[in-house]
Amino acid sequence: MTQPVLLKVSALKVAYGGIQAVKGATFEVRQGELVSLIGANGAGKTTTLKAVTGLQPVAGGEVEYLGQSIKGRGAWDLVKQGLVMVPEGRGCFTRMTITENLLMGAYVRDDNEIEADIEKVFAIFPRLKERRDQLSGTMSGGEQQMLAMGRALMARPKVLLLDEPSMGLSPIMVDKIFEVVHDIHQRGTTVLLVEQNASRALELADRGYVMESGEVTMSGPARQLLDDPKVKAAYLGE
Amino acid sequence: MKNKFAVFLVCAVALVALPLFVQQFGQGWVRILATALLYTLLALGLNIIVGYAGLLDLGYVAFYAVGAYMYALLASPHLTETFPWIAAMFPKGLHMPIWVVVPLGAGLAALAGVLLGTPVLKLRGDYLAIVTLGFGEIIRVFMNNLEHPVNITNGPRGLDRIDPFTIFGVNFGKPLVVGGFSIASVTLYYWLFLALVVGSVVLCHRLELSRIGRAWMAIREDEIAAKAMGINTRNMKLLAFGMGATFGGVSGSMFAAFQGFVSPESFSLMESIMIVAMVVLGGMGYLPGVILGALLLSALPEVLRYVAGPLQHLTDGRLDASILRQLLIALAMIVIMLLRPRGLMPPPEHGKAAPSPATAK
Repeated sequence: MTQPVLLKVSALKVAYGGIQAVKGATFEVRQGELVSLIGANGAGKTTTLKAVTGLQPVAGGEVEYLGQSIKGRGAWDLVKQGLVMVPEGRGCFTRMTITENLLMGAYVRDDNEIEADIEKVFAIFPRLKERRDQLSGTMSGGEQQMLAMGRALMARPKVLLLDEPSMGLSPIMVDKIFEVVHDIHQRGTTVLLVEQNASRALELADRGYVMESGEVTMSGPARQLLDDPKVKAAYLGE
Repeated sequence: MKNKFAVFLVCAVALVALPLFVQQFGQGWVRILATALLYTLLALGLNIIVGYAGLLDLGYVAFYAVGAYMYALLASPHLTETFPWIAAMFPKGLHMPIWVVVPLGAGLAALAGVLLGTPVLKLRGDYLAIVTLGFGEIIRVFMNNLEHPVNITNGPRGLDRIDPFTIFGVNFGKPLVVGGFSIASVTLYYWLFLALVVGSVVLCHRLELSRIGRAWMAIREDEIAAKAMGINTRNMKLLAFGMGATFGGVSGSMFAAFQGFVSPESFSLMESIMIVAMVVLGGMGYLPGVILGALLLSALPEVLRYVAGPLQHLTDGRLDASILRQLLIALAMIVIMLLRPRGLMPPPEHGKAAPSPATAK
């Protein structure tokens, strides 16, 4: 692994009021990797992502993106630099059409390849193309997840952060979503996948991290984590 | 295309000629029309904040007050009479031209908008509404009390003898005589307000379609997602407050010149609520709806004046006409909101293939 580190998080602490939601998260994402951050509900995964993307202030530790600290930089600035998140619960603009949602994704861009990129997204998600003029609020949860991912791709991310893309979806849709995550990664996008569905997330990933009550407690190649007895017991139900 | 243009032309001529026709029934009617246009201007401004950016502002009238007092102070004898040193600076009296006062009023209102916006950036919905409501009251209370120890606003007595507008040598306070035909002062104001409304509609429409407009709508829909799209939500919200306030400030200075008198009474909470009602009743975020709401709600009370009178006679004067009028307005609003919960003219659902709940029976 000699690829450059794009995202480096060291001893990250995040607090909501007096409550320490993240007490010490250390991990890194290198260019071209698919890294999974797994953990149970309430382990601090989403909070970590929020802090990394500038949506939540960092209380301690350091987050570096492309070698620069994110301290004092707004979320908008980081998106411009290619650090793009698909928020938990998708966050589609329900009263806008699919195409309008995708255009919103390209908000930080002003080049003339936006139209072409919309077609690229449609190629990945044919379902979205069928419904391009439909209001996104009228779509199913899975379709909205596809839209949220497509919309994030419109920003041409260097690192794509996915927050629980499989949450609340039917098993078939979960398969489909993970397939697409794999596909996006194969096309060259660096991905940080935050998931509760540990087995699926680790199967796709190059490397993985395990988060427990606000701390990253285990890390390693994804295969190794899948075989780890502790991980098996806690997250894979074996 | 040609047909559309013809319709447009007819509408334009009709709108311009309307006061000349209406004045046959009395100047009072032209005044109602002009006032309705002024409210339309206010509603268009509030629509930027509430309709586009989704920030419920219940203190919008504060910006209106700022603009009105700005003009009143700089174009009335009050300051020169109260402060000898100002009188010494302006021996001919303080009569600032509108080219100075209106931009100044707009700028000051925009500043007030940003000042209000900054502390409430993190608030949404009902919490935001409560804080803005307080802000509106603060401004009104200020206007009411800024007479001791230094008399700036003349307190509840208000400021009078405000100069009428003078644009290109035409004094709006006097009837304009063109070739033996006299055009009343109110009609001149009507035309001025009409021009402003038309200009504002064009501006708002362009805003709606712009990058800024899209950012506002994204914030309205889902603020976290908007941030995740790379939208600088802080600046965009402040911009919405600032732009909306500018409209309020300009309307305020228009109001001051039109009335020739301002007092804190004109900027009560009720005014704010009426402007919000115009936007909501008409159709939030949709220009034709907002205009309709503004015209309807500003004209309705006047029309009801003619209904409430006879009703009062029926009850041998036991019912107070003004209370009856308010009752009827409230009733009309309830009926409209029950029948058209998204407003009289809501924005069209632009999803062509969308099976909306109303049609998919």
